[in-house]
Amino acid sequence: MNKMRNEEHRRYDRMVKALTPNSNYIQGYLRAFWVGGVICTIGQLISLWGEKGLGLSESSAAMLTSVILIFLGTTLTGIGVYDDIGHYAGAGSIVPITGFANSIAAPAIEFKREGLILGVGAKLFVIAGPVLVYGIASSIVVGVIYWLIGRLAG
Amino acid sequence: MMALFLTFLKAFAVGGLICCVGQALLMHTKLTSARILVLFVVSGVMLTAIGVYKPLVDFAGAGATVPLLGFGYSLAVGAMRAVQEKGLLGAFTGGIVNTAAGISAAVMFGLLNALIFSPHMKGHN
Repeated sequence: MNKMRNEEHRRYDRMVKALTPNSNYIQGYLRAFWVGGVICTIGQLISLWGEKGLGLSESSAAMLTSVILIFLGTTLTGIGVYDDIGHYAGAGSIVPITGFANSIAAPAIEFKREGLILGVGAKLFVIAGPVLVYGIASSIVVGVIYWLIGRLAG
Repeated sequence: MMALFLTFLKAFAVGGLICCVGQALLMHTKLTSARILVLFVVSGVMLTAIGVYKPLVDFAGAGATVPLLGFGYSLAVGAMRAVQEKGLLGAFTGGIVNTAAGISAAVMFGLLNALIFSPHMKGHN
């Protein structure tokens, strides 16, 4: 009896999935697009300010942009706003560097009660850790290959 | 004025599109956000290494550097530049040097944030 009901359920789910228009997907893309776009535009604004206003070099302006966006990301996470942006925008909030900041700030707050060392200190890197591990490792591989190519060509 | 507007438009459009790639992964695959972040950073490193990403950065500015692909771009550019300057050792220093500001900011603000705010203060009442 139970088995049959499950089967029914599954068939119904499949039917719903097949018949539901893709409006959910389209909405998902639109939201990710405009929120992600706005975050990048804010980044552009900061880097332009850094270059023209503060007279920084291009790479320094890029660093300043990262620092400010990360500050905004962690702060908005702290006051609980970034969560809401995330629910609305999906990847539009995950993919920009503010999402990286959120991935550091959110678990650090979440696990605060487990203490400063194994709570905050360790959980800061729950997601950022893998990102740094694979990002840094792959950049070293690229650097070594680049060096080898230079050797062979030169 | 027009050029300025175009700069922002390009950042908006390219940044938005890159986020849509992430959205596609989120909706159509079982990848979690952590995996997507890792994937984007490593992809950024690879795309930079094969020379694809730099033109996009030149075109879209923050539209290409603010998404996590741009973090990978900074890592790879740093590593390659340092190799040119210092040889093999540069491969081990360049990436982190070039992203030090971002990494340090994330650690510092993440820590401060955790000290100031508590879980129960988070939005949802």
